[in-house]
Amino acid sequence: MGALGELINGFGTALTPENLLYAFLGVLLGTAIGVLPGIGPAMTVALLLPLTYALDATSALIMFAGIYYGGMYGGSTTSILLNTPGESASVVTAIEGNKMAKSGRAAQALATAAIGSFVAGTIATLLLALLAPTVARLALQIGAPDYFAIILLAFIAITAVLGSSRVRGLASLGIGLTIGLIGIDITSGQQRLTFGIPELADGIDVVVVAVGLFAVGEALWTAAHLRRSPIQVIPVGNARMGREDWKRSWKPWLRGTFIGFPFGAIPAGGAEIPTFLSYVTEKKLSKHPEEFGHGAIEGVAGPEATNNASAAGGLVPMLTLGLPTTATAAVMLVALKTYGIQPGPRLFETEPVLVWGLIASLFIGNTMLLVLNLPLAPVWARLLRIPRPYLYAGILFFSSLGAYSVNASPFDLFLLLAIGALGFMMRRYGLPMLPAIIGVILGPFAEEKLRQALQISNGELSGLITPLSLIVYVIAALLLLAPLVRKLLPRRAVVPVLAETAEAIEESHHQHGLTDSVSVETKKRAHREGPGM
Amino acid sequence: MSSAESGSTVGQGRSEFGVALFLGALGVLVIVEALLLPESLIARGPVGPMAVPMVVGSLLLIVAVFLTVDLLRGGRGEPEGGEDVDLTGRSDWRTIAMLAAAFVANALLIEGLGWPFSGAILFWGAAFALGSRHYIRDAAIALALSFGSWYLFAFGLNIVLPVGILRGIL
Repeated sequence: MGALGELINGFGTALTPENLLYAFLGVLLGTAIGVLPGIGPAMTVALLLPLTYALDATSALIMFAGIYYGGMYGGSTTSILLNTPGESASVVTAIEGNKMAKSGRAAQALATAAIGSFVAGTIATLLLALLAPTVARLALQIGAPDYFAIILLAFIAITAVLGSSRVRGLASLGIGLTIGLIGIDITSGQQRLTFGIPELADGIDVVVVAVGLFAVGEALWTAAHLRRSPIQVIPVGNARMGREDWKRSWKPWLRGTFIGFPFGAIPAGGAEIPTFLSYVTEKKLSKHPEEFGHGAIEGVAGPEATNNASAAGGLVPMLTLGLPTTATAAVMLVALKTYGIQPGPRLFETEPVLVWGLIASLFIGNTMLLVLNLPLAPVWARLLRIPRPYLYAGILFFSSLGAYSVNASPFDLFLLLAIGALGFMMRRYGLPMLPAIIGVILGPFAEEKLRQALQISNGELSGLITPLSLIVYVIAALLLLAPLVRKLLPRRAVVPVLAETAEAIEESHHQHGLTDSVSVETKKRAHREGPGM
Repeated sequence: MSSAESGSTVGQGRSEFGVALFLGALGVLVIVEALLLPESLIARGPVGPMAVPMVVGSLLLIVAVFLTVDLLRGGRGEPEGGEDVDLTGRSDWRTIAMLAAAFVANALLIEGLGWPFSGAILFWGAAFALGSRHYIRDAAIALALSFGSWYLFAFGLNIVLPVGILRGIL
């Protein structure tokens, strides 16, 4: 009952005209950003971090959460109408959604995506409200050694599960941890990796790192490979669906919710795995399996519900443990820190107004998104035609503005460019972004907990072992050695749905991007193999 | 045509080793820097400022080795896709160089010239680099953005961006 009472208080916070306005701005901006190519929610929140100087923490977080949710909605519009998923969360939607759009059912695809996102988002937010306080209470009993173990697990889970190559995930993590080391070490007062540069003594501001990796890196990378031919947008009317569509959609929505929420709550690389899992599940359970691959509505309904539920699930570890599981959550944590708010299990005690206002605003934002998206789909689709030079010039412009305003120092602008170049290199060679930003944010935190733990045990390494941390270490080791473990297991031990999901993900990594560019690529490869080898 | 293409694939493969080299060098740098840290007088607790950098440095070295092995076995990094990304061609370094120039111009000029002009130069230059050739329209948008953001920051966020040559006017 406590949680419900708190939630009602939260609505009191979220329903003030001012906060309603910020929630509205957030979802509006988030949807626009989600639709626009090249910009994701993580980049947007990073670019808007200067707003934290003027807004109070609750309003800012409400707005950022609106962007997070809105980005999920907007992303599905793009992948249905363009077949070029911008974010990994909407890769699956493009498979069936675009086929539907091509056969004249774009309105139904958009409708099932929007309504499914609303249903899943609402249920998942309710789960968040009910579960989070309990998780936070349990987390209060966690000591420094357990915390250290959990962060270590998060590092390994994020690098091992994400993307197609775990070596590259680890490389990205290492780069992030190195950036996190720069600056004065708090416990000893020693300068590490500053090379005597005074501007580096306080470390590289996380805002500069986030904007550099996500905004500048992305803009440079896209600029180097800008598609010159105009893109084809499938024309669409208002989103709507008929009785048959409802009948085929509601079960995938619910299943998607319960697949997405738990996956969002664990650091497994965001929405990619659960959306594929939902897709494969729906394909198995569908009464119309022959339609899959030609525009089956279940293949849009399930994954879209899943990705919104996982966004809400991702807020559980963020609010209760201070552990981000997605890039957007990571940047939101940065925002919390700029207010001097220490994320962690005490957040529910120390900042109840903020936390419950945020959760209540998610319900409100979700409803706003439904209202915005059903009738306005054609308007959003028009955003896809924005001239690319202005879009990417604008990203560089606002990145510089945001990074400069942190310390009012031109040095940060050069740093921003350097980190942008790093982001470019990482995109070029397939190093995922998420482990790097998580490393920057959680690295110093992990070090602090490690030292606390060893201080208590007087330097004995055995001080790191508690019953809980031992379990966590075993899970981490299993994850790290997963390929070996899989070889040792008998074939039958692998659940077929999971195996199929893994296959589908693998395949999507081999042929990401536009379908026609994929066909060109395969042609080229065939050509190369012909005379060359 | 086909020889140029196979040449580019070899070059691509070789440049991947650059990543391993970068990680290895970064690892060595982190470790050496940690070893050179002077003895701390105020350190509390048994773990000094050296321990974690040593671990991170070693991680980087190990990853560099594994990445090299992966590359020798024929593994390749998967370039990131996106809505506007066309991966069939090579990187367009001319565009990148022009963008970087616009970016650096802003960083150098922001204090002297002021954000309203340096920001406009950044936007205009970046739009030019990306292929826009509507010079007047671009300039109008650039100035509107930079002046607009200056006022927004000054009155909305209480952050005064550099005014530069417009001191006393803005």
